[in-house]
Amino acid sequence: MFFKPSMFRHPEFRIGALESLGAAPGLAAWALMTGVAMMNSGLSTFEALLMGVIVFAGSSQLAAIPLIASGAPMWVVLATGFCVNLRFVVFSAHMRSYVMHLPLRERLLTGYLMADLSYVQFTRRYPSHGSTPEQLQAQQAYLAGNCGVNWVCWVGFGVLGILLAGLVPTRWGLGFAGILALLGVLFSLASSPLRWVSAGVAGAAAVAAFALPYKLNILLAIAAAVAMSLLLEAGNRANSATSEPHS
Amino acid sequence: MSSGETDVWTVLVIVGLAAITVLTRSLFFISSRPWNLPHWAQRGLQYAPIAALAAVVVPEVVMTQGQFIQSWQDARLFAALAGAAWFFGRKAQRQAVLGTIVAGMLVYLPLHLVWGW
Repeated sequence: MFFKPSMFRHPEFRIGALESLGAAPGLAAWALMTGVAMMNSGLSTFEALLMGVIVFAGSSQLAAIPLIASGAPMWVVLATGFCVNLRFVVFSAHMRSYVMHLPLRERLLTGYLMADLSYVQFTRRYPSHGSTPEQLQAQQAYLAGNCGVNWVCWVGFGVLGILLAGLVPTRWGLGFAGILALLGVLFSLASSPLRWVSAGVAGAAAVAAFALPYKLNILLAIAAAVAMSLLLEAGNRANSATSEPHS
Repeated sequence: MSSGETDVWTVLVIVGLAAITVLTRSLFFISSRPWNLPHWAQRGLQYAPIAALAAVVVPEVVMTQGQFIQSWQDARLFAALAGAAWFFGRKAQRQAVLGTIVAGMLVYLPLHLVWGW
């Protein structure tokens, strides 16, 4: 997407960039706060900069911070990051038809840059994938502009937050803003009763099993919550299947 | 964990998290052959992200050094409630997460810094 100069001259590049800029103030504030939270958690400046520049996924960064700080094993941190990111797997299934004409390298780059906001704005502008090379080209140009601005904004303000973190004493507890950000994302995901059940079971199990070593309480909580939700879902389906003929 | 010092383990975790960003965001278009997840996994995708967030967030709000909090006089509880009140009480669709952070911190900072909760 970024490899051809013709992308930058395409009119859709500008439109994608402008739509991304519209959401930039909120993103910038979140990135700034993530930068501060990374430094306050005890990451070294190099580690915080590395995370701020390459990870490019706010909620998995924020979820990883307390786990890294408590010395959880690598696979627990990575598995938690994977679970937090599973919503992107759903997006990738949807995006497949938009990007399969690209070589693998460009598909992976597109995926890497496809954060929540870009996905939402892109699929709103293009409800279906292009059927001609010109349409596909226009969609790629839009993505290049949109994701480009998004990346620059997230990384730029994240780095700024890392640099400014030293000015505010850790005692203030500004890192708690990271937890509040995750809470906001959690609320925005709570779109069905069973998702609330999943959150409730996971939260309770994570507290109840807190004494487990290696932060395994996190993975246990996720497994218990997903299993409970799937069981209740299967139960609901069985109930509606038996009651439907009468209704 | 010593604070402020770079160690190889943490750097590897960070590189791994970046790889997971690429993997999860590209999963369905890495292979050029069409394929589908098994049904239970597709359904599980509906519930795993919110479970992961709750598993990380809830202990950070209601526990102190591995113990369930003994007192309701804790700035984090009221900040989380304020964030929730803002999120579910707001009229506008935009900047929902940002508003949750701002509302929560406006309650957290005075309680934490002035009252010392």
